[in-house]
Amino acid sequence: MHDLTLAKIAQGLAKGEFSSRELTQHFLERIEKYDSRFNSFITVTGERALTRADAADTQRAAGQAGILSGVPLAYKDIFCTEDIRTSCGSKMLDNFKAPYNATVVEKLELAGTVNLGKTNMDEFAMGSSNETSFYGPVRNPWNTDLVPGGSSGGSAAAVAAGLAPAALGTDTGGSIRQPAAFCGITGLKPTYGRVSRYGMIAYASSLDQGGPMARSAEDCALLLNAMAGHDPRDSTSVSRAVPDYTQSLDAPLKGLKIGLPREYFGDGLDEGVERAVREAIAVYESLGASVIDVSLPHTQHAVPAYYVIAPAEASSNLSRYDGVRFGHRCDDPQDLMDLYKRSRAEAFGEEVKRRILIGTHTLSEGFFDAYYKKAQQVRRLIRQDFLDAFEKVDVLMGPAAPTTAFALGNKADPVQMYLQDIYTIAINLAGIPGISVPAGFHEGSPVGLQILGPHFGEAHLLNVAHQYQQATDWHTRQPDLP
Amino acid sequence: MAIEHADVLRAAHLARLGIDDADATRYVGDLSRILEMVDALQGVDTEGVAPLAHPLDATQPLRADEAIEPDRREAFQACAPSVSQGYYLVPRVVE
Repeated sequence: MHDLTLAKIAQGLAKGEFSSRELTQHFLERIEKYDSRFNSFITVTGERALTRADAADTQRAAGQAGILSGVPLAYKDIFCTEDIRTSCGSKMLDNFKAPYNATVVEKLELAGTVNLGKTNMDEFAMGSSNETSFYGPVRNPWNTDLVPGGSSGGSAAAVAAGLAPAALGTDTGGSIRQPAAFCGITGLKPTYGRVSRYGMIAYASSLDQGGPMARSAEDCALLLNAMAGHDPRDSTSVSRAVPDYTQSLDAPLKGLKIGLPREYFGDGLDEGVERAVREAIAVYESLGASVIDVSLPHTQHAVPAYYVIAPAEASSNLSRYDGVRFGHRCDDPQDLMDLYKRSRAEAFGEEVKRRILIGTHTLSEGFFDAYYKKAQQVRRLIRQDFLDAFEKVDVLMGPAAPTTAFALGNKADPVQMYLQDIYTIAINLAGIPGISVPAGFHEGSPVGLQILGPHFGEAHLLNVAHQYQQATDWHTRQPDLP
Repeated sequence: MAIEHADVLRAAHLARLGIDDADATRYVGDLSRILEMVDALQGVDTEGVAPLAHPLDATQPLRADEAIEPDRREAFQACAPSVSQGYYLVPRVVE
């Protein structure tokens, strides 16, 4: 059952081929058996999951099941889940049981899904390798010497290893797409504002967006149907009708205009990754698409602009962890200042501290205009690059990451690690949607094809990804787990 | 723009992050490399370009000034490190 897509699982449940309890039990057993190798879960909610599965089976027997009723999935540990530890991968929140559900959790629970547990992640979503987690690194199911990518590395590894049929992730600079690419699964970052951020622990509020990570584009469509929509509790969520994302999956691609940003095929791109991506694009040509070269001239400025904007927003968002209302508190504080300083120093990891310091510095008096304002101006230019490109083409395609998964401990220098996100970061700055789709292997490691569309173009992106998955079988490959 | 030892200590204080001199020395190196990368932005011509704070240029929506959330103080304080009679406890601030 662990090699089934969500769509197939939903069919199997509807036909009575298996119950939600059997299915849930199967995934829980796999987590128990295999996850010590990957460390993809921080918390497994087995008992609760079985209770939910039984409720879904009862509902189905009464003829009240929806399409996702009884379907198991996992949440990145950044989504608040009521009465369940929500750690965000940090010692700071190791003892934090969220008092409420994130809106997307609420919606997916209403749809009848079964929460298997909370997946590992880079601390506060700050990382590209899942090595900054307080709970230890996650290992890539294709090769445990390699990282799974980050920050949604636990979600990606769990799905790739067949420990969950799908999982939720969040993407601030590539944190859904890059781990999806490294682990050989499909991951969608929706348009900023498409999915509510309420109850999703904030890193950089103008960039953060939650999205589905699954075995296929069709599965992402099923999940996005349940996740998307306006939320009065998130003032940045967009009030705009949600289409049925599964309806347009089968539209033919004849006449599709694909743009290849030349900046995404330049220096630093691994040859093996480029080869796989170009082969995928050739598949699209055989499906009737045409390809033209385009330019996104401000691409090289995306990583620098991001490393001003994201840490600035993070330094503000993370000021809430003060050792007073929730989270870690140091022992025997001398006074209030000591309580703040020591609680934060003890409970934040190195990368989080670095970003808080950078953000605080660039926002401080005398530096604001040179850094934050400048970065926001460059952000507009970056967005304009995409708006101009989408005047000429329907979608953009390129690699999701410059290399395949790298070895644990391989990128000790923070700037080296930041440059890993060179093809994903601009998309968050522009607020547009992007999806990473498995497009083959290089030396045994999966390669991700990234497809980008204009704001609110998710239905079309999913259609374009689905058609590729009808013509290829890369997305069906799973690592052998002896 | 280079970052100095004193800048790191100042930022750490503003961020209420306890670091000692040795930590600060280490951060000077890391943060300098990050800021060096960021400094490339200074070469971009942004004359007359308005800053972009929100990718969709949205404005904050307003709602009626009415209480819509229930009082859940007990639930929220259940995860606090130290509370008493509905209050959060911290070290004495005024002697």
